[in-house]
Amino acid sequence: MFPARYWREIPQRYRLEANKCKKCGRTYFPPRLVCADCKSRDFEPLKLKDEGKLLTYTVIRVPPSQFIEQSPYAIGIVELDGGTRILTQIADCNLDKLQIGMRLKIEFRKIQQDGEAGILCYGYKCVPV
Amino acid sequence: MTGIVGYGAYIPRNRIKLEEIAKVWGADAPSYKRGLLLYEKSVPSPDQDTITMSVEATKSALKRANIPPEEIGAVYVGSESHPYAVKPSGTVLAEAIGATPEVHCADYEFACKAGSEAMFVCIGLVESGSVKYGLAVGADTSQGAPGDALEYSAAAGAAAFIFGKDNAIAKVHHTYSYMTDTPDFWRREYQFYPRHASRFTGEPAYFKHIIGAAKGIMDKARMKPEDFNYVIFHQPNGKFPQRVGKMLGFKKEQIEPGWLSPTLGNTYSGSSPMGLTSTFDISKPGDKILMVSYGSGAGSDAFILEVTERIDEIRDKAPKTRWMLDNNKTYIEYGTYAKYREKIRMGT
Amino acid sequence: MRDVAIIGVGMNKWGELWQKPLRDIFVESALLAIEDSGVDHIDSMYVGCMSSGIFVGQEHLGSLLADYLGVNPIPCTRIESACASGGAAVRMGFMDVASGMSDIVLVGGVEKMTDVSGGGATYALSTAADQEYEVYHGVTFPGLYALMARSHMHQYGTSREQLAQVAVKNHENGSKNPLAQYPQKVTVEKVMNSILIADPLRILDCSPITDGAACAILCPAEMAKKLSKKPPVKIIASGHATDTIALHSRKDFTTLNATVKAAEKAYKMANLKPEDINLAEVHDCFTIAEIIVIEDLGFVKKGEGGKATESGMTALDGKIPVNTSGGLKSKGHPVGATGVGQLIEIVHQLRGEAGQRQVKDAKIGLTQNMGGSGGSTVVHIMQAM
Repeated sequence: MFPARYWREIPQRYRLEANKCKKCGRTYFPPRLVCADCKSRDFEPLKLKDEGKLLTYTVIRVPPSQFIEQSPYAIGIVELDGGTRILTQIADCNLDKLQIGMRLKIEFRKIQQDGEAGILCYGYKCVPV
Repeated sequence: MTGIVGYGAYIPRNRIKLEEIAKVWGADAPSYKRGLLLYEKSVPSPDQDTITMSVEATKSALKRANIPPEEIGAVYVGSESHPYAVKPSGTVLAEAIGATPEVHCADYEFACKAGSEAMFVCIGLVESGSVKYGLAVGADTSQGAPGDALEYSAAAGAAAFIFGKDNAIAKVHHTYSYMTDTPDFWRREYQFYPRHASRFTGEPAYFKHIIGAAKGIMDKARMKPEDFNYVIFHQPNGKFPQRVGKMLGFKKEQIEPGWLSPTLGNTYSGSSPMGLTSTFDISKPGDKILMVSYGSGAGSDAFILEVTERIDEIRDKAPKTRWMLDNNKTYIEYGTYAKYREKIRMGT
Repeated sequence: MRDVAIIGVGMNKWGELWQKPLRDIFVESALLAIEDSGVDHIDSMYVGCMSSGIFVGQEHLGSLLADYLGVNPIPCTRIESACASGGAAVRMGFMDVASGMSDIVLVGGVEKMTDVSGGGATYALSTAADQEYEVYHGVTFPGLYALMARSHMHQYGTSREQLAQVAVKNHENGSKNPLAQYPQKVTVEKVMNSILIADPLRILDCSPITDGAACAILCPAEMAKKLSKKPPVKIIASGHATDTIALHSRKDFTTLNATVKAAEKAYKMANLKPEDINLAEVHDCFTIAEIIVIEDLGFVKKGEGGKATESGMTALDGKIPVNTSGGLKSKGHPVGATGVGQLIEIVHQLRGEAGQRQVKDAKIGLTQNMGGSGGSTVVHIMQAM
C-alpha cells in the first residue's frame, strides 16, 4: 500500500473521526461532503464511541494473502453506541462463541502490513467487552 | 513537585505454558520452573506489537489522568522491539491518542531499561517546566531464539505513565541512575534474535547494577529498605527480583504486588514499569515505593515515589494489571506460538 | 424511444480456458452472436468487463476488442459495474438502439480470471467492495455474503439446508446445460460437508472462478423480423439502480435495495408484476444471494426465499423457475460476462431452444445482474415476439 493512501485515513483509522449532518443529524463514517438523506453540506465533526454491539459476523477461513498469518479471523458489522455502523475484525474472541448482540469495544491493532519491507498499517478492531 | 498523574498497562490475552515450550526442546520443565520461577508467559497476537500495546496502555493512563491529550508535550516510547527500525513508534501513539502536532516525540532503546529511561526524561522535562505533561511508555514484544533459555521468559506487555505537576497520584521524590559498559546481552543490526552471555548476565550485570542503583538512591534519600511499603525490580524471570530484594534487605511482602514475572514472563522495557502499575493498583495514600529497572548493556534507573490521596479516585477507571494477568487468558500451543511470533518462514 | 430486440446470441463453454487469451475468448463469442443473428455489420459495441487491468494487465478493451473482431473504426466502449458489468453493457446497448443513435449494436461481456493465483483473484474481486472501510480489514466477498447470510438466518430462520438447496437446484439445472463449467450434480449433504470459506458459507455455496465471454446483437424491434434468422426477443424493460458500496452502511443486511429499486423500475416500464414473469436468471454468486434476490424481485415475501427454494417453487418445474441455466453456481461466473450470459439463457428459453431444461410456454423472462455486495443491480425483462 502506498503510504499516502494509508496516511490520509489516519484520523478515521486511529481515532474514529466521523461527521454529523447539522441539518438532519445523520452521522457518517468516514466523513462525507453531502448528506445522503437531506443533501445538506453543513457538517460538524464527531468522534465515534468506542463500544457497541455485534449485528452480524462471519469467520474468514480463506483470507486475502496479506491476512494469512491472522487466519482464521472473525469479521463483524458492529453498531457503535450512538448508532454508527462499522465493519471490522473481532480479535481475541472465541470463534465458536460469537453471538449477534454481544458487546464489543474498540482496540488499536495492526491491521495489515505491506509485505516484508513496506509500511505497517494500523487501525481499529473490536474485542469482546 | 512532579508526579505521575495517570498510569495504565496492557497485557495480550495469549499465554503459553513453560511445559509447552520445554516439550518441544526436550527440556526438563520442573527444574526450569524451580530454577527460574517461571510458569507461563504472555504472547502477542500477529496484530499486536509495541505500538498497539502502547496505545492501549496509554488509553488507560489517560482515563485515569483525565487530562486533554493535546496538553501532552512529550511522547516517549521505550522498547527494544520497535516495529520499525527507522520510523518512530511514538508518532503513531501520539496520533492515536490525539496529542499531535504540538508534541515532542522520541523512541528510546536501552534493552529492558528503555521504559524507565522514558520516565526519567519525562520527569526532567516536567520538573523544568518545558512541558505540562509528559507521556512515558515501556513496551515490548520480546523475542527469544527458539530453544534458547530466553524463549521461556520473553513476553509482551506495556505500561504507560503520564507525568505532570498537578493532581499527581504519586509524587516523584528522587531519581537516580547507575551505568557502566557491560556487554551481557545485545542484538546486532539485521539480527532477528538477541544474544546473551549466559551466567555473565547475573552477578556482574543484573545484580551489580540494581544493587548499585538501589543503594545509591536510598543513600541520596537517606532511606532504608524498611522505610518502603513496596519495591519493584526488573524481572527477567521470577527468581532474580526475589534474590536481589533479599540481598538488599527487602521482604517478600514488599516485592509481591509488583512481582508479575512468574505468570507474565519478562516484558523487557515493560517489566518493572508494569510492576509499578500493579503496585499502584493496591497501594494506599502515603505509601512509599522504590522502583529499580535494569537494562543490559548495562544500567539501572531508580525512582522513589510517594502515593497521594488521588489514587483512590482513579484506580478503578481502567483495568488493573493483575486482573489482566489473571483473566481472559487463551492458552496456545507451540505451533500457534511459532506462527504468531514469525518463527515460521512463510511463502510469498 | 424505439423498441429494442435481441436477434442473435453467442457463447462458448465457460471454464478454465488455459489456452485462450481474453481477446480470443471474446471474439469467438462475438462471432457466434453475429452468425446467430445473420447481420452483415454492426454499428457500435459495448463490452462489460470488471477487472481486466488486474486479471490480465489490460485496459482500453474497447479498442482491443473492436480491433480483434475486425470492426474498426466503429465505436466500442468497455463498461464497468463490478459483477454487473455485463448487465450494464446490455443496458448501454439498449439505450443506444432505443435512442435511435445506432441500429445494430453488439453487447457483450468478458472476463479472463485464471491468469492470476487464487489470492490474486480474491484481491481483484475485492476491489468491488469499499477498499478503505471493508477490504482494508480483511473481508472477502464470501465474507460479505456470509454476513448477509448470518443476518438472514437470524432474522428469518433461514436454514443451512435451505442455502444448500439453492446449490443443489442450480447444479441440477446446470447438468442439463452443455455450456456449464460445473455440470456435476451435488447433494445437500455434499454442500454442507464442503470446505468452510466464510462461516456459514462453504465452497459449494460459492460461484467459481471462470474464464468466459457472452455476446448478443440488438436492433430496433421493427427491423428484427427482417434481419433475424431466428425468432427475435424483445427487451421490454431495463432497470438499473445503485446502493451503498459498503454493506455496513445499509439499514438492513437482509435486503438488497438496488435490486428492489431496479426491479421496481423494470416492472413499471414493462407494465408487469412479479407474478407475470415465467422464469428468471438471477445473480447467485453465493447461495444466500439467490434467496435474498428472489424476495427482493417480489417472487416471494421477504424472509421466505429459503422456504420457497426448499418447496421447489424455483425448480425447473416449479411455479417460477430460477436459474435454469445452472446460474453462476454451475454455469460459471466470468464476472464481466455473467450479465450477458443470463440474457442468453432467457433468449434460448423464449425461443424454445433450451433443450432438456426448456421451461414450458415461457413467454416472459427476467434477468437480475448484481455488482459487489449489491451496490449495483441491472434488471432486464424480455418477451418473445
